[in-house]
Amino acid sequence: MLSFALKRLAIAAPTLFIIVSLSFFLMHTAPGGPFDAEANLEPQIIANLKAAYDLDKPLFQQYLIYLGKVAQGEFGPSIRYQDRSVTQLIATGLPVSLRIGLSAIFIAAMIGISLGITAALNQNKTTDYVVMGVAMTGIAVPSFVLAPLMTLIFGVILKLLPIATLEPGGSLARTFPAIAPLTPYILPIIALAIPQVAIISRLTRGAMIEVLRQNYIRTARAKGLAERRVVWRHALQAGLLPVVSYLGPAIAGIVTGAVVVETIFQLPGMGRFFVQGAINRDYPLVLGIVIIFATAVIAMNLIVDLLYGVLDPKVKAGD
Amino acid sequence: MALFQSQSDAQLKLMDAAVRMRGRSLWQDALERFRRNTAAMGGVIVLCLIALMSMIGPLISPYTLEDLSWEAIGIAPTMTNSHWFGTDDTGRDLWVLTWMGARVSLTIGVMTTIVAMSIGVIYGATAGYAGGRTGNAMMRFVDVLYALPLLFFIIILVTVFGRNIYLVFLAIGCVEWLTMARIVRGQTLSVKRKDYIEAALASGVRTGTIIRRHVIPNVIGPVIVYVTLLVPTNILVESYLSFLGLGVQEPLTSWGVLISRGANSLETAPWLLLIPATFLAITMFCFNFIGDGLRDALDPKDR
Repeated sequence: MLSFALKRLAIAAPTLFIIVSLSFFLMHTAPGGPFDAEANLEPQIIANLKAAYDLDKPLFQQYLIYLGKVAQGEFGPSIRYQDRSVTQLIATGLPVSLRIGLSAIFIAAMIGISLGITAALNQNKTTDYVVMGVAMTGIAVPSFVLAPLMTLIFGVILKLLPIATLEPGGSLARTFPAIAPLTPYILPIIALAIPQVAIISRLTRGAMIEVLRQNYIRTARAKGLAERRVVWRHALQAGLLPVVSYLGPAIAGIVTGAVVVETIFQLPGMGRFFVQGAINRDYPLVLGIVIIFATAVIAMNLIVDLLYGVLDPKVKAGD
Repeated sequence: MALFQSQSDAQLKLMDAAVRMRGRSLWQDALERFRRNTAAMGGVIVLCLIALMSMIGPLISPYTLEDLSWEAIGIAPTMTNSHWFGTDDTGRDLWVLTWMGARVSLTIGVMTTIVAMSIGVIYGATAGYAGGRTGNAMMRFVDVLYALPLLFFIIILVTVFGRNIYLVFLAIGCVEWLTMARIVRGQTLSVKRKDYIEAALASGVRTGTIIRRHVIPNVIGPVIVYVTLLVPTNILVESYLSFLGLGVQEPLTSWGVLISRGANSLETAPWLLLIPATFLAITMFCFNFIGDGLRDALDPKDR
């Protein structure tokens, strides 16, 4: 088990390095630069600006300088938001994204797994068809369609929830002051969670149906165990394996979904910084966010791998 | 005697049936199963209709993509002046926009899938056939890429290298081949040990030829299933990009572009979002139904 963990860790470090290098050279070798928009600046001023951000040095030297900074945990100054460093920007954006992302993945897992089990236990009955129909809709209707619709219905027409702000508001917050601070996050979390609910419920259903056909489940039933115990104790442990291994890609999906959802709801999170940074050629900001996101995804994959090793006796025995 | 007669008749019938059964190939069987699947067949029909309309839809309308109706800006769907789907905030006809968008979205879905499939099949087949250390190293590389939020790379690619449509094809295709490579490798590993491969090896066929002629045709089933699921995924990825303003650029349009513009005027003109979104959703449903149908038809496990 320990060697398995170490082996995974040994892959994670070079992966991160490759990502940083790839993003760096992709952004820097492209034609155009961050100061293109300011067309009427004197050439000397542009040269000075470039010098201030080390953009006048040879590419490889810039790369080494950047790696050196990152190694010290520093991402440099942002080019667009001139008085703030990338670290400061990330410090304001990350809590927003984390709150939305983690809540979404948690809610998606809970609801998705319950729906999947329900569908599997009622295979080919009405309940199954309804649940899978809903799941299919969640896949077919993307979040950038759902989010504006939800904003219109719950924000504009019903005035239940605040929109495009992190300030509490709407009639829900006034009726229940206790949950008021949560209200700005409700719609983004739902928009982010729905596609994942759909995928997780389909995965769970498939895996549970497979598991429920196994001999040991028949044995458990034959020895007179209560159905609840058969499902929750015996079937679920094996049935959840594909879901656990999906959690890694799910985090990647949440991260990319956050880009769209934060843009729609105009939340000051990492995803929105990323898109704006990419459009403005704000090299340090984009690279900083890529590093943070890649670290999060890699860390999650690592945790999933380890969890899988604990849950699946085959992996444990193999290593 | 009569007894014998009828017995041999029955035997003959049985043998006849057996012969006929053996005469049907795996593919005919699969086709038959697929035809019986109502949802999947419905998906095929609706998808064909959408593809057909994307071709002839803009021709039916009296308007073109460039026409701006100044007297009919932002009107709701109506039959009176041939703006069947209404117009947008610049007076362009949404019927024409929707079907032109369908052309771009469907083309992108198919083209990116072809790119992804080519890379994935070649990579996966090579990794599976090579096996051993090389094959493992190749799949490790896939594992590494798998762990990344790849939409980020697409975004970086299209922002820094300009937003032309061919780059969008390439960027999405270059990113979405990973699962394909895994599937093909798994299949190849199992096919590799079959006798007919050994026979080909023994008669001195070159590696490239074996992969092309013997391995790929035999792993194609799961690939087809995955392809039908990859097309909608890629249409969605393009829509995401277009929604963020990074995909297809004016005057070209796609469903993602239309939805993005519609989202901005949802309160005043909801049809601008709802109509393209509906067609996008229908297309997603169709591909998913077809994919599920193909999986059921081609997967011998459930027979």
